[in-house]
Amino acid sequence: MLSKRIIPCLDVRDGKLTKGIKFKNNVDIGDPAEAARQYYEQGADEIVFYDITASSDGRDIMIDVVRRVAETIFIPFSVGGGIRTVEDMRRVILAGAEKISINSAAVKRPLLINEGARAFGKQCIVLGMDVKKVDRSSSIPSGYEVVIHGGRKYIGIDALWWAKEAEILGAGEICLNSIDADGTQNGYEIELTRLISSNVRIPVIASGGAGKPEHLLYVLSRGKADAALIASMVHYRTYTISEIKTYLHEHSVKIRMEW
Amino acid sequence: MIAILDYRAGNLTSVARALHYLNQSYRITADPATLQEASHLIFPGVGAAGEAMSHLRQTHLDQCIRKWVHTGKPMLGICLGTQVIFEHSEEDDTVCLGIIPGYVRRFPENLQHEGQDLKVPHMGWNHVAFQKEHPVFRGLPEESEFYFVHSYYPAPTDERWVIGWTDYGIRFCAALAHENLAAVQFHPEKSGRPGLQILANFCRWRGRDAE
Repeated sequence: MLSKRIIPCLDVRDGKLTKGIKFKNNVDIGDPAEAARQYYEQGADEIVFYDITASSDGRDIMIDVVRRVAETIFIPFSVGGGIRTVEDMRRVILAGAEKISINSAAVKRPLLINEGARAFGKQCIVLGMDVKKVDRSSSIPSGYEVVIHGGRKYIGIDALWWAKEAEILGAGEICLNSIDADGTQNGYEIELTRLISSNVRIPVIASGGAGKPEHLLYVLSRGKADAALIASMVHYRTYTISEIKTYLHEHSVKIRMEW
Repeated sequence: MIAILDYRAGNLTSVARALHYLNQSYRITADPATLQEASHLIFPGVGAAGEAMSHLRQTHLDQCIRKWVHTGKPMLGICLGTQVIFEHSEEDDTVCLGIIPGYVRRFPENLQHEGQDLKVPHMGWNHVAFQKEHPVFRGLPEESEFYFVHSYYPAPTDERWVIGWTDYGIRFCAALAHENLAAVQFHPEKSGRPGLQILANFCRWRGRDAE
């Protein structure tokens, strides 16, 4: 049977690794290609790079990072951040990324999902969603609202509706990030993850809140997530990926244990 | 020199990078003369069967592949490259190359495992139960898993060709071999160490000559 995937997420700015806490006060913690290699060797099932660079010079540096990563690790990896056009996607994919992740740009122009899926195949297109818990209303019936621009802008879109819409448009996967849980290390948003994952037929990667191996256990079992994104808990060496995988394996989660 | 067949089906550079890492000389090519010089052929691919087959026919690469099979030199199919060597694919109702007797079928709707609905595509890491010895699949740890991304799976008519089975609600053929042909549904170039092992084995394999 298919294994649940453990995916470290590396935030990159100007070619350097950072980890933002609640999208503020980022701290530089090293070279992304070197971190990717270490996580590959520790048994990461996939790696996500999120480029938070603002300048176009920085984007070229990112392409270079992608190329270096592709030469050293032989597992799938995705790149997100600042991708707005099919041409942006093409550059990243040709540099060696398996998948690209789009977020705000897809909210603003949903057809981008469809264009990407037709150009590269659905399996290449990951829809990133930043979601915040709100009061249920007629416009947000699920009680979860999509936010863009790194969690700063509310746009009146229901998260469940958007996830289903993205699937129809051709997204191959959803990376679901809870703004409320992100950076807290207090655990994933289980209810949100379960809601989205049981209502779409594409895989859902849970993101935001991982601090302990138990958190992954809950989101992969009760939360019905297909994969779990982790950051601080491995970046700051609190746990290694192999420790997390061993814990999950011992708790009967189907995990890839040979690498 | 290893030829990686370029038939505009997805990104071929990841296979090339893996060969580079393994210190193998390779060319990404669609040129019949280059193919003749090559010692090994890798037939990769990501995408849809219909489009891939129409491109292969237009460029007469379909003939090149059939010719290659008769030379006895080793060939490795990967993912879509594996699917189009069968007779027919349910994807776009496509007539394929017909090199291996059998069909490519879509995973049924409502696939289940222990009461849970399974998602299609089958995407991620899964175990392959290898049934028999084969030079291309040698030296793999028993618990090895491989990276899959697909909605259709190969169903060879003759199960004696199956080298490895994988379970995803149903049991399907993940690896097969016959004479100078080896083919896998997963992506060895994205499957970490065991995947690289398969590619390295393939590069050393002499195909039909070895038998």
